[in-house]
Amino acid sequence: MKNLKQSLAVALWFIFLTFPLMVVKVNTSDSLVEWRWWNILWVGLGTFALSFVWRHALARKEARQMAAQAGQEELIGPGPFERVMANQTLRNQFMFGLLIFALIFPWTFDTYQTTIMISALIYVILGLGLNITVGLAGLLDLGYVAFFAVGAYAYALLNHHFGLGFWTVLPVGGLLSCLFGVILGFPILRLRGDYLAIVTLGFGMIIKVVLENWSEFSFGPSGIANIDKPGLFGLAMDIDAATTYIYYIAIALVIFTVFVTTRLRNSRIGRAWIALREDEIACVAMGIDMARTKLSAYALGAYWAGMVGVLFAAKTTFINPASFTFMESAIILSIVVLGGMGSILGVILGAFILILMPEYLRAFSEYRMLAFGAAMVLMMIFRPQGIITNIRQKYEYKGLKEETEHG
Amino acid sequence: MEYFIELFLGGLTRGSIYALIALGYTMVYGIIQLINFAHGEIYMIGAFVAYVVCGVLTIYGFHGVSILIIAGILAVVYSCAYGYTLEKVAYRPLRGAPRLSPLISAIGMSIFLQNYVLLAQTPDFLPFPALIPEFDFMEPVAHIIGSAELVILVTTLVTMILLTLLIKYTKIGKAMRATQQDMSMARLVGVNVDRVISMTFIIGSALAAIGGVLVASYIGQVNFYIGFIAGVKAFTAAVLGGIGSIPGAVLGGLALGLTESFAAGYISSDYEDAFAFALLVLILTLRPSGILGRATKQKV
Repeated sequence: MKNLKQSLAVALWFIFLTFPLMVVKVNTSDSLVEWRWWNILWVGLGTFALSFVWRHALARKEARQMAAQAGQEELIGPGPFERVMANQTLRNQFMFGLLIFALIFPWTFDTYQTTIMISALIYVILGLGLNITVGLAGLLDLGYVAFFAVGAYAYALLNHHFGLGFWTVLPVGGLLSCLFGVILGFPILRLRGDYLAIVTLGFGMIIKVVLENWSEFSFGPSGIANIDKPGLFGLAMDIDAATTYIYYIAIALVIFTVFVTTRLRNSRIGRAWIALREDEIACVAMGIDMARTKLSAYALGAYWAGMVGVLFAAKTTFINPASFTFMESAIILSIVVLGGMGSILGVILGAFILILMPEYLRAFSEYRMLAFGAAMVLMMIFRPQGIITNIRQKYEYKGLKEETEHG
Repeated sequence: MEYFIELFLGGLTRGSIYALIALGYTMVYGIIQLINFAHGEIYMIGAFVAYVVCGVLTIYGFHGVSILIIAGILAVVYSCAYGYTLEKVAYRPLRGAPRLSPLISAIGMSIFLQNYVLLAQTPDFLPFPALIPEFDFMEPVAHIIGSAELVILVTTLVTMILLTLLIKYTKIGKAMRATQQDMSMARLVGVNVDRVISMTFIIGSALAAIGGVLVASYIGQVNFYIGFIAGVKAFTAAVLGGIGSIPGAVLGGLALGLTESFAAGYISSDYEDAFAFALLVLILTLRPSGILGRATKQKV
């Protein structure tokens, strides 16, 4: 009964809140007010039902926290998926199957599907790159798309002015982004988390403003067209073949990225990033060079955005500043957050879910950003570790275990 | 010289709006150390509610100042309601979570609210009626400062004086200052911290809504996206002045408005936004705690 009353109050409150925006719609040119009364019903019923779920979920979360505090169970334990991945043979089989699927994909599906898949793969790489900065080093970067723009414009401009090819610019774009990452990193080394977020956001905006207004350099808002697609020893390719080719390049880059980021995460510098994320003061006290660690996180995170920016320019053959808005940064950030900060598999899964789902659920595509925003909030409240939990590598003392097993 | 005064007053107007919004950021940050990223959206919702109310009232035959007052009051009421709900839904469950979590939740909420308005209303720019009348006594100086600018300056000034009085002398103001200094100690001496936090959001939202209505009727259009840029600028202003400090937010807002106005007037209006952020980066590099902020020593 008490629950019912509470939910009723919530429903009434939300009806009140949404009334002027959901129900009333003014048409000033015809001097008409459109009253959409049905929306009251939807809002009321929706919030009434949701408030039950909300309370239940909050209560469960609290119970779990209490249990964790009492030491009964781990708060962020491995889920079933993580347990499967921990098994070496199962994991290898899974990876092998995935690879086969990825390789035959363009031959079993048409060019349209392949194009969608390429953009999903581009977001996978972007997510993995941002994962270094946000997920591992814990430095919130809200202007990540700026590095993506640097890569894309590097290829577009070098190709336009000097006729440089895709393969030449691919590393150049990445390195140029690295450089921008370091330039951005220097002034904000001393800043704490929140300030950092706003400066990176500003950086993203400055790049966009410059690209839009410095017409002599970037051709302004009209952008650059007719960028060359990547070549294969001068072979002539029709559109289908070129798409397939770019698809394979994207797959290769994804594998390269996964390999490097996995190795990086388990390396000395990767552990330094994680330490920095957990506790900056303790980390510095342990003798880790904070400036170097932070700068490397920015530079290495930016590298992938620059590299994949080159691929993006080559894929679309046309770029303009409108492709590099804050919304893109937000999408990449939600990929990392929803997938699981720091978890490589989680980020890959997150990218596929967030990019492919709106493509295949066309009817709901206008609700895409609404759902992203809601998902970010809900994820932070109920499952802050993301879809796939990043399990920290633990070192076990094998000697003792063997002794107890044998003896 | 006249051009200089015009730019100066334009900058002051713009800056006072930034200051109004920046106050919301700074008050919330001072109490729970959270960048309320969705604050700009509250400002936008205030402007939008005012737009809808104006439209309905105009069609039903109201006119003049009565519209301005009713729309302004409703905008403030709704913004407060949204601010209050926002805190309850998106931030309260995250109290005590790692610092990145509420920030990401705030960004999510900002995206959510933007798209909610976009879907519920329209993605287009909507014409906002000029609610502020042209005063006769402003005629001789109209080429330097318009009536709307004067109203904005006066309203901001009055609002800020009221806010200062509220924080200095009322009970809730004292509770807010106590919570800002030490939350757990405030709780121990009997301050209802949850209520104080809610009140902070409500006051901040009210200020944002006032700013939203003033700007919308000054510029003459509203759109679901106006909150984002205004929010980022206002946050820049809050950081400039030293986040957490109320006079700092006002100072930062005015400094930002003047910088933008002069940069646009004397250098180039294309790079207006870039100047604002360049200023931010510069200040943060030289003085990470802002103009009036205290440098906090971290203790372990």
